[in-house]
Amino acid sequence: MLINSDVDSTTTMTNIIASTALKARQLTEAEIHEIEHEKTHYPYAQAVGLEALKIVQKHQGWVSDESLLAVAEYLDIPPDDLEGVATFFNMIFRRPVGKHVILLCDSVACWILGCDDLKAHISKTLGIDYGETTEDGLFTLIPVPCLGDCDKAPSMMVGRELYRNLTTEKIDQIIADHKSKA
Amino acid sequence: MSVANPLTKNIEIGRAPFNFKEYQAAGGYQSLAKAMTMAPRDVMGQVKDSGLGGRGGAGFNTGLKWSFIPEPDGGPRYLVVNADEMEPGTFKDRLLMENDPHLLIEGMITASYALQATTAYIFLRGEYTLAEEVLLKAIAEAYEGGMLGKNIQKSEFSLDIYLHTSAGRYICGEETALINALEGKRANPRFKPPFPQVSGLWGRPTLVNNVETICNIPGILTYGVEWFKGLGLGEESGTRLSGVSGRVKNPGCWELPVGTTFRTVFEDYAKGMQDGYELRAFIPGGGSTDFLMPEHMDLPMIPGDVAKAGSRLGTSLMTVLDDKTCPIGMVRNLIKFFAHESCGWCTPCRDGLPWVEHILNKMEEGKGEMKDIEILREMSSYMGPGNTFCALAPGAAEPLQSSLKYFLDEYEEHVKHGCKYKSH
Repeated sequence: MLINSDVDSTTTMTNIIASTALKARQLTEAEIHEIEHEKTHYPYAQAVGLEALKIVQKHQGWVSDESLLAVAEYLDIPPDDLEGVATFFNMIFRRPVGKHVILLCDSVACWILGCDDLKAHISKTLGIDYGETTEDGLFTLIPVPCLGDCDKAPSMMVGRELYRNLTTEKIDQIIADHKSKA
Repeated sequence: MSVANPLTKNIEIGRAPFNFKEYQAAGGYQSLAKAMTMAPRDVMGQVKDSGLGGRGGAGFNTGLKWSFIPEPDGGPRYLVVNADEMEPGTFKDRLLMENDPHLLIEGMITASYALQATTAYIFLRGEYTLAEEVLLKAIAEAYEGGMLGKNIQKSEFSLDIYLHTSAGRYICGEETALINALEGKRANPRFKPPFPQVSGLWGRPTLVNNVETICNIPGILTYGVEWFKGLGLGEESGTRLSGVSGRVKNPGCWELPVGTTFRTVFEDYAKGMQDGYELRAFIPGGGSTDFLMPEHMDLPMIPGDVAKAGSRLGTSLMTVLDDKTCPIGMVRNLIKFFAHESCGWCTPCRDGLPWVEHILNKMEEGKGEMKDIEILREMSSYMGPGNTFCALAPGAAEPLQSSLKYFLDEYEEHVKHGCKYKSH
């Protein structure tokens, strides 16, 4: 991924944006293949903006400015419009995240059943607050609105996996399992 | 042959959902053939006569909603299934999609015939990863089985179904916001009229229906309107998924006749409160419904009856508040959700909700003032119906306004002495 390492710290914000704007990266073949597949589902290419961002995120871990610009160019969507979509959705990450994203449900049923205590436990165990990533780059912790799993609350997801009826012991096990996978 | 539990008859938790052949062997995929013996408008009429109401929360007669779609003009027409389940305390569509995907697909096919839709989308919540996998497999099987694609069952009727996975925003449950999202735009709601039936997805006629609503369609066409009407209690038609979460012994979601009382679900199915906890209040159908009290337990779960008691049936999944959990903390939790999920389009919602959240935070921290209670009261009417572009803020105002009605003493107690609860 391209980083603006040539921009010195005194450069004005406008210049940073302008110089970043020139740097749409090349989408990979795999990304293009998947975006093209999604395009067959819609009459207009612009409709797959969100899908394309999700595809890029799947491959790159997050959506950098360079990725966003690449998608905007590829689908012929004004970059500002696509940014409006990217920043609107909870699950599009415009900053780097850890290898495993923990989505802890903090809505009503999980709250009644003690998700605040679970959050405190995860924060203490991993040394991160909401929105932060562990130093080893393994975990990012994010709150997620109601996961629709209220009869098995408290619940959370790690990546695409759902974990239910959580206790602090279960969370310790889940964290250990993901550490050993790394 | 007919059944009493058409939504869940194929569901057995722990076993893989029926594949195409198993679903067919269990009596599935018969509704399209039945529907095709009728003109599309007559199928709509059957759905209307069945009394089926939308299961997404608003409860509007489904067939009537369909009937507003204009006659075909040769251009594309769309059916969109709202599978963006995200109402706090709601966990029913997940059950249907993960465990019987072909029921939804069959419902979509038959509904599309009635609407003369050419393409149908499932707008699925991105976090529902298992449902995504299950549905993709089932859609592929339905194509192989000849129930999707060109000239279905050698008829003139053709249909494609596509799965769209979203990326987490509650506002996408609002049908015009959902349509914007599906077009690849930021999911702000649109002005109505025109209604989506006339000008929806890409300006074309579009129907947006909830998952459970569409899952009722196969039964109505296969077994008939009279059968469907007979499923409900008293004057009511059909069954619906109802359930309970919170500190009950057996939280869950069950298919029950429409008209079942809250008490039946709470006592017979959820088995009452956990030992050591008393029922204090409940929200009857998701975070955007007014609190009800134990004395309302004998109400039937019917929109009109619940409205008379000052609330909404919503998604008919109860969340119970126990005596050891702070009622104001529960309201704060709900308001925090709505503040986070506001699309930011109009002022009462964008600015009102964070303000309410701030005041509730103050209350919980023991920094509340008596005048804050008045501000909360003003805010609940300021965010109410008629002042906003869509139903998000009015929905958020419901638990707030009813908490001021039922828990005023708690608010005053919080101002005087702070929060006494462990969970707050």
